[in-house]
Amino acid sequence: MRVRLLFFASLREQLGTSGGEVELPPEVTTVAALREHLMQRGGAYSTAFGGKALVRAAVNQDMVQPSARIKAGDEVAFFPPVTGG
Amino acid sequence: MRISVQREDFDLNAEVGRISGGGKVGAVASFVGLVRDVPMTLEHYAGMTEREIAKIAEQASERWKLTDVTVIHRYGELRPADQIVLVAVASAHRGEAFAACEFIMDYLKTRAPFWKKEHRAGAADWVEAKASDDAAAERWTGTGKKPKGQGSR
Repeated sequence: MRVRLLFFASLREQLGTSGGEVELPPEVTTVAALREHLMQRGGAYSTAFGGKALVRAAVNQDMVQPSARIKAGDEVAFFPPVTGG
Repeated sequence: MRISVQREDFDLNAEVGRISGGGKVGAVASFVGLVRDVPMTLEHYAGMTEREIAKIAEQASERWKLTDVTVIHRYGELRPADQIVLVAVASAHRGEAFAACEFIMDYLKTRAPFWKKEHRAGAADWVEAKASDDAAAERWTGTGKKPKGQGSR
């Protein structure tokens, strides 16, 4: 299935991209699985999505837990903990 | 309710005036966040930001009896002493206005997708999230309407 990925702030800079459309293997059905899948890309991705990295996620612009499910056409965003206000 | 995520500055008096009418408002509590001594760039997740702030304002409106709520948050380049954020809450009585204003601010700091990057001489660094901000939001999760303790701002 295809989803739209978005990366923000330090994560965007680390990866050198603000995201884009990606085709995911069928077994990637949750945010946690997607994070693992991205980590497997290696390089900057393995650091950015590695076990120690504090990464938050949103699906279709709602903040979610790692167990949240993803489906075709979703907008999935990854970002560091927020620092507004 | 008015939620705005914008580059432009805002006018505190105008915003307070906007929610003070109608004869039912006995109290307006407002909070303005300012840039301290380091210039910064604020990045945000357009679309989600407005939704998250609206959700927080709605939660506050369910929890307290409020007449109106305004939240304005800026993004882009900001210099020392610039205004970053405004939360203004109108209510019949001060207790609700004070509490709701602080609640919205505490949740905004931990849930609204903004990221600050500070520009110091020769270096630019992303600001790290503070555990004290999470604690400030957490204290509202009890059953009481009063927070359990003071968080830092």
